[in-house]
Amino acid sequence: MPAVVRLRSAVCLLGRFPALAGVDLDAADGEIVLLSGANGAGKTTLLRLLAGLVPLYSGEGTVLDHDLAHDRRGARRDLALVGHETFCYDDLTVRENLQFAARAAGRTTAEGDTALERLGLGRLADVVHGRLSAGQRRRLAVAVALSRDPRLLLLDEPHAGLDADGRAVLDEVVRAAPSEHRTVLLASHELEHARAVATREVVITAGQAHLASTDRGAP
Amino acid sequence: MNLWREVRLVAAKDLRIEARSRVAIQQIIPFGLIVLLLFAFALDPDRGILRRVAPGLFWVTVLLAALLAVSRSFAIEADNGARDGLRLSGLDGPALFLGKAAAVAVELLALEVVLAATVVVVYGIELNTLVPLILGTLAATVGVAATGTLYGVLAAGLRVRETLVPVLLLPVVAPVLLGATRAWEAAIDGIPSDAWPWVALLSVFAVLFTAIGMLAFGPLLEEA
Repeated sequence: MPAVVRLRSAVCLLGRFPALAGVDLDAADGEIVLLSGANGAGKTTLLRLLAGLVPLYSGEGTVLDHDLAHDRRGARRDLALVGHETFCYDDLTVRENLQFAARAAGRTTAEGDTALERLGLGRLADVVHGRLSAGQRRRLAVAVALSRDPRLLLLDEPHAGLDADGRAVLDEVVRAAPSEHRTVLLASHELEHARAVATREVVITAGQAHLASTDRGAP
Repeated sequence: MNLWREVRLVAAKDLRIEARSRVAIQQIIPFGLIVLLLFAFALDPDRGILRRVAPGLFWVTVLLAALLAVSRSFAIEADNGARDGLRLSGLDGPALFLGKAAAVAVELLALEVVLAATVVVVYGIELNTLVPLILGTLAATVGVAATGTLYGVLAAGLRVRETLVPVLLLPVVAPVLLGATRAWEAAIDGIPSDAWPWVALLSVFAVLFTAIGMLAFGPLLEEA
């Protein structure tokens, strides 16, 4: 399978601190890779590096055939990141936020509406983001990511704040990724839950970013 | 997606947020009106001073209100990590710049209409030559919106952005204050030939900072 993500000795600095200190990582098309590790191990920085939000200090990295060293913005139209924040606007409704994200990525507003229904946000379509609960915002963040129809989906603690129904919806989205030709990198502390959907687990150890890989097979 | 569709998308998003939050209507326009009225209190209208200095007071008020509009334009990107969302959106830097500057320009034009009506009524001036006045106002507005958007993104990631933007922006837009004031004076005096050189200066300023903004906005957003 073609590599969607390829890192070799990737180093990433936050200030002068090496948040990633030589990471090797591969992810193929349709894989669901769980990134596990302690707080501060570098999981969030790794996802932000792949999204092109932080620069690659040294080493090599490609995402969707775009070189992170020279073109870290290149892959953005084809990836989506669900981070700790929703990236949404408080004064726009759920539907407006979704449609803006979809159209910005060159998709149609219909893809925003599809994501809306898939995440069970239909009854909240006309509610502004500022009035949503934490769990509803989390669902919206995932819906915004899906509205972009990304080839690479980066999920940073996606289960946080979700109720049982929300987690089930999220798990369905992640499990469906291979059949939708989508690669998922999932950072989570809720290992039991995340391991159930991942095809492979990569452990990042305390700041040194030595990676051990465990093939988990199909979910 | 082509450039103009992206520009419309960003501008429509910002204007929709402003329409819903009503910050421009409930805070920025009242702020401008209060400043104009304070000038009227400070400068005795009976002595005709207000009529002579009305163009300068009008444009000083517009620039002060523009600081609020620019600050607001980037404040909405600060919540919920929206600035990261904008970086991840895939939209190009020139489109983001033009879209955000266009939204600020539309808000400023609405403000200027209200303030101009106030100046006419309260300061008792007559606008005799409308064409250079309108063209000069449009060019000045584009220049202020472009410069404000450029300096707004420059300070976007800083904790001191609210105080830094005025310090950076006001000296740079001094030519706009000068040119727009002179163009308005000529229009009020009914001498359009005196207005055109200033309209030309304002147009050059607007084009220059629009071009710089289109080139610089993307890289500055990445570093914000």
